Amino acid sequence: MSVDVDVKTLVIDEQEVSARAGQTILEVARENEIDIPTLCHLEGLSSVGACRLCLVEIKGSNKLLPACVATVQEGMEVSTNTERLRKHRLTILELLFAERNHICSVCVSNGHCDLQALGQSQGLTHVRLPYRNPGLAVDASHERFTVDHNRCILCTRCVRVCAEIEGAHVWDVMGRGINSIVITDLNESWGSSSCTRCGKCVQCCPTGALFDKSKIGSDHPKYPDFLPYLNLMREAQ
Amino acid sequence: MSKLKVATVWLDGCSGCHMSFLDIDERLIALAELIDVVYSPIVDTKEFPDEVDIALVEGAVASVDDEKKIKKIRAHTKTLIAMGDCAITGNVPSMRNPFSPEAILNRAYIENASAQQQIPCVVVPKLLKVVRPIHEFVKVDVFLPGCPPSADTFHTALVALVTGGPLDISALTRFGA
Repeated sequence: MSVDVDVKTLVIDEQEVSARAGQTILEVARENEIDIPTLCHLEGLSSVGACRLCLVEIKGSNKLLPACVATVQEGMEVSTNTERLRKHRLTILELLFAERNHICSVCVSNGHCDLQALGQSQGLTHVRLPYRNPGLAVDASHERFTVDHNRCILCTRCVRVCAEIEGAHVWDVMGRGINSIVITDLNESWGSSSCTRCGKCVQCCPTGALFDKSKIGSDHPKYPDFLPYLNLMREAQ
Repeated sequence: MSKLKVATVWLDGCSGCHMSFLDIDERLIALAELIDVVYSPIVDTKEFPDEVDIALVEGAVASVDDEKKIKKIRAHTKTLIAMGDCAITGNVPSMRNPFSPEAILNRAYIENASAQQQIPCVVVPKLLKVVRPIHEFVKVDVFLPGCPPSADTFHTALVALVTGGPLDISALTRFGA
């Protein structure tokens, strides 16, 4: 008996690859050890294509597609690292750094931060845009964790992990555009919210926006690797 | 070959970059064969010289005095290097930016002072409304991030600049390094 698998063949960065129908460009690229930078994407959570760092070029199309949500098509020719994409990625990182107050040297995530690491890997040595310097709050009302909105990049990983994995949906986003902010419950303080204190959001946060109060200095690596494992175990049940 | 004239400047920073620069240790002696330090917090020259080949600038632009200095430095320098995060991003000095200079001065010299409550107004230069990186005022040729960049970073970068060799900044350092 043959298993009916819908196989797509495509080209990523001049490399011929095959994929299952429904797979995203990002999944297939990573399976083939082709690096596409990501920030809001996290394995084990749904993808939202929010940060736009994983944008790729498709031959024959003027539109750039986010590799984390765009699915593979037969005969597709994908470029992941063109001059145009590198320019856009750098600009996206500059916008993120300029939008809020990211002071790496005094951050609890210094050395363990996805934004900082991306800045380095994408060759960002300075930000050409003027910094906005917004006045943002720090909520330390929770007994175990703190949220520092100065360092939040609105990737919504916390929102997704809380809703999709923990099932509590304590985190959400309030406001629009540049005034958006992550909130707990209906903008209650974190300490008095319906938070289950599981700490998954802290482990998923790519920057120092969510951190464990017991950590001092920059000794705060995050470990979100449990997510795919947790999903696998749940599926097996 | 005549030696390159190098200046180092300290604007609104903590001097940590200068400390790290000096941490090059005995390699400084080899470097001294190639460069002359003509202006620096650690030499006695009071005025910025007319012709400087390489200027390493530590610190952000936080006051009217810093602004005047950085413009003068640029006018007399061939290669201007932003040294460290304060010069490049504003870093710690820029943490006052969400507040006004008045609020900051008031906090430091009135609210938190137990005696002689007064805001300094003579000799010290007026603060700018916000602390800004130097590239917002003048053209910067090389950015060397880090808080502070390590001695090895300084050494590798300086040797590359002096000898005209290749220089991959991101392979050496990053913000907050």
